[in-house]
Amino acid sequence: MAAAVLAALLGASLAGCSSTGGKRAEEERAAQTAGGKAAVHTPRWTFAMVTHSGDGDTFWDIVQNGARQAAVKDNINFVYAHDKEAQRQSQLVQSYIDQKVDGLIVSLAKPDAMKDVVLKAEKAGIPVITVNSGAEESKAFGALTHIGQDETVAGEAVGEELTKRGKKKAVCVLHEQGNVGHEQRCDGAAKTFKGQMQKLYVDGTNMPDVEASIESKLQADPSIDAVVTLGAPFAPTAVQAREQAGSKAEVDTFDLNAQVAKGLEDGSLGFAVDQQPYLQGYQAVDLLWLYKYNADMLGGGKPVLTGPQVITKKDAAALQEYTQRGTR
Amino acid sequence: MSAADAPTRKPAPPGGAGDERLLHRSLARRLMGRPELGSVVGAVAVFVFFSLVAEPFLRPASLSTILYASSTIGIMAVPVALLMIGGEFDLSAGVMVVSSALVSSMFSYQMTANTWVGVGVSLLVTLCFGVLNGVLLTRTRLPSFVITLGTFFMLTGLNLGFTKLISGTVSTKSISDMEGFASGRAVFASHLTVGGVDIQITIVWWLVLVAVATWILLRTRAGNWIFAVGGNADAARAVGVPVTRTRIGLYMGVAFCAWISGQHLLFSFDAIQSGDGVGNEFLYIIAAAVGGCLMTGGFGSAIGAAVGAFIFGMASKGIVYAQWNPDWYKFFLGAMLLLATLLNAWVRKRAEAAT
Repeated sequence: MAAAVLAALLGASLAGCSSTGGKRAEEERAAQTAGGKAAVHTPRWTFAMVTHSGDGDTFWDIVQNGARQAAVKDNINFVYAHDKEAQRQSQLVQSYIDQKVDGLIVSLAKPDAMKDVVLKAEKAGIPVITVNSGAEESKAFGALTHIGQDETVAGEAVGEELTKRGKKKAVCVLHEQGNVGHEQRCDGAAKTFKGQMQKLYVDGTNMPDVEASIESKLQADPSIDAVVTLGAPFAPTAVQAREQAGSKAEVDTFDLNAQVAKGLEDGSLGFAVDQQPYLQGYQAVDLLWLYKYNADMLGGGKPVLTGPQVITKKDAAALQEYTQRGTR
Repeated sequence: MSAADAPTRKPAPPGGAGDERLLHRSLARRLMGRPELGSVVGAVAVFVFFSLVAEPFLRPASLSTILYASSTIGIMAVPVALLMIGGEFDLSAGVMVVSSALVSSMFSYQMTANTWVGVGVSLLVTLCFGVLNGVLLTRTRLPSFVITLGTFFMLTGLNLGFTKLISGTVSTKSISDMEGFASGRAVFASHLTVGGVDIQITIVWWLVLVAVATWILLRTRAGNWIFAVGGNADAARAVGVPVTRTRIGLYMGVAFCAWISGQHLLFSFDAIQSGDGVGNEFLYIIAAAVGGCLMTGGFGSAIGAAVGAFIFGMASKGIVYAQWNPDWYKFFLGAMLLLATLLNAWVRKRAEAAT
């Protein structure tokens, strides 16, 4: 009796296996990601990264992955902290200065708030590289260089692409009220877009609300033929909103993730503009290492740009694999 | 505490603090009855813990950073604690800080006025927010949780809407090249060097506010009113306590400190992001609750709120000094809140049993 039950259970569990996806597929993918051990014999320096990311942010997770990979290779002890509130972000930088780290990587989304503390780091002899946002301020604050994407330039690339695709009326969906970089993206797009561009503010911390807002916008104005989201997680939501509203608008997005790569491939999304976050983290650590080791600095005093890279259906297949392992 | 317990001989406050000033007891007994005792024990525990696990934690420079982080929460935790002793909440406190900074900055810039004019206008406007909260509460008789949730959303919207309307962007324009900025910075955001260690002026503001609030609570009639209103508003009214005035005053206290914090933001960072401040109201409430203020009102202290803010500062920066993964930070914060509150409850039970 018991044996029969056991056999039935075993059979059920075997029959219940999935031949696709899940943990096993992830492990296979993980085997392809880089890892390894230090490739250099420089001292074990500590580099700290402080960003303006909120909790649980996909984008910054990829930046971290890049930074950690470079840290492994360069024999670096990499530490990371973040706070979306400017005041607390500057306090975090201060606490790394107190610890006398060997290098700092800082994002300047709120440059005015970070100015004093970045100058303080340099006074303490800690080299600083800025990433992601703050290209204009980076040099003025005395940072070695800036690695990232110029948001206005990225916006302009979107505007050009929309024009090329013959769009007439687009909506730019801003999911974080108070983010200067987001405003620059939409303004840049509006500048080069030959059609009409409107802004739509949504609450990015509340996905159902994002969907409802986009949906009502599309219902209110059927002539809208393009929706541009500013973050990868919002693109699939915009697609859902489009289906619900019965609209024909094309959904395009800034940034990339696994869902966006899939959407590009199956045609539910038009194009994506990527700023290669992995590169931002990786290069920041690597350039700091080069500076400490050999006093080298890339960029000739100009920001090192990691974007914009326009990604369409033809690139999507290759990128899917990379997005799933968390490096694109 | 029921209305029947209220003393009728003279308007002495019902509630814990009133009794203990009338009786003479040993020092140990008196300490056991203090609201902040539990939090002091908690603070010592957190301090010792991080001293052991985080090597840079005990450096003077690190402690000054921790104190600064504590003061930015602590300045607001003081009036929020008083308000909680008075039995009310203020969920709009976090965004009010940013509102205050925005008003100050934009008024100076748009009017091309000396920045002190903006600072003054900001004080008036922020106090009006406080009065609005208080008047809405006392007029409508709705719970303060609901009232201030409403004003929280309204202020969040006003912050963004007005900033976009006036500045055209989501952050204010720089006013650091305007007259009066240097003196404003000296008052609200300067650094003192004490024994080679950099001390932010907010720490001084914080300590002064704690001292003033403690004096109000323990040595003035207004302090008795606050305990009475929080303990039992009907009984307090029956013995002649001006309940409405006390409540409005408490909300104005929160507004006043929001103004100080807001000016600090402005003069230390120059440009203000209109979206900041959301969620901070809970940090102030946490600091006050950890410091022994009861959620139901009538019991607590300003010193406790200061200790609560200090615990918060130690935990938030200690995790960084220990180089732990910050993903777990919120979890620790929540666990600490529960532990500290449990400790408070336990200490109070022991104290009550001992008297």
